[in-house]
Amino acid sequence: MTSAVMTYLAMGGYAAYVWPAYGVTLLVLGGLTLWCVGAYRRRQRELERQQRESGR
Amino acid sequence: MHRFANPARFMRLSAAILPWTAALSVVLLGLGIYLALFVAPPDYQQGEAVRIMYVHVPAAWLASFVYALVALTSAIALIWRHPLADIAAQSAAPLGAGFTLLCLVTGSLWGARMWGTWWVWDARLTSVLVLFFLYLGYIALVNAFDEPGRGARAGAILALVGVVNLPIIKFSVDWWNTLHQPASVFRLGGPTIAAAMLWPLLIMALGYTLLFATLLMVRMRTALLAAKLRALRLAEVEREAASLMPQQTALS
Repeated sequence: MTSAVMTYLAMGGYAAYVWPAYGVTLLVLGGLTLWCVGAYRRRQRELERQQRESGR
Repeated sequence: MHRFANPARFMRLSAAILPWTAALSVVLLGLGIYLALFVAPPDYQQGEAVRIMYVHVPAAWLASFVYALVALTSAIALIWRHPLADIAAQSAAPLGAGFTLLCLVTGSLWGARMWGTWWVWDARLTSVLVLFFLYLGYIALVNAFDEPGRGARAGAILALVGVVNLPIIKFSVDWWNTLHQPASVFRLGGPTIAAAMLWPLLIMALGYTLLFATLLMVRMRTALLAAKLRALRLAEVEREAASLMPQQTALS
């Protein structure tokens, strides 16, 4: 079992190129998502605070 | 067209569409990565290294597609002066830069093993690097002015001039000798790639595209919230100024 997993992970000798490619993909797509959603939430909170202050 | 480009309508429409594009992109990316890593066959020449294709090629497609969108919305902003068009262009640009960077890095990893080099200054690689710098230049130019309107106009003109790079990227593999392989999906006479590889690739590409659409809407909504915030703060400043006025007149 373990040897089958090891064979798979070795990617026919290309492991050092295939896995970093998928890793950087996850990093870039995930990073973009976190950045966009984080900025949205921050603006939302600021706007709510401002609306409370303006509503006084 | 203008009816749909109304900011309030955009907020309502995007709020309704967003959950669906977000969920669908997650499902497609998950399925695509599963197919790419476990189901798609190894290449007869490249072996397992061909699996890099499934993350590299969609990034390359999106890099060019997003730039075309930035240029198109920039043209709409210049001609019809529609505020949502500027917001769309400025929201799309950093996402396009992200896809271009991803394309360059994954391509470099692929090339390192297949060509024996991380980088060559040939037409395809260089024109994509130029695309990355066009994105960075656009983003820097838009933010370089104190008055946002001027930055938007300068950026829009740069985006339109940069369109000349898109056909250069597309046809670079035909016009010049390059290590990069020619088109195997979008070509006259249909795809030459095997169906067992084409399907995972198209599913990944659709997943990338829907993720882009989702993040574009999130960023456009963020920009509209920021505009509303500015308007509220301005109104408050004006109200405070107005409340000071009678006292000043009483004093004088």
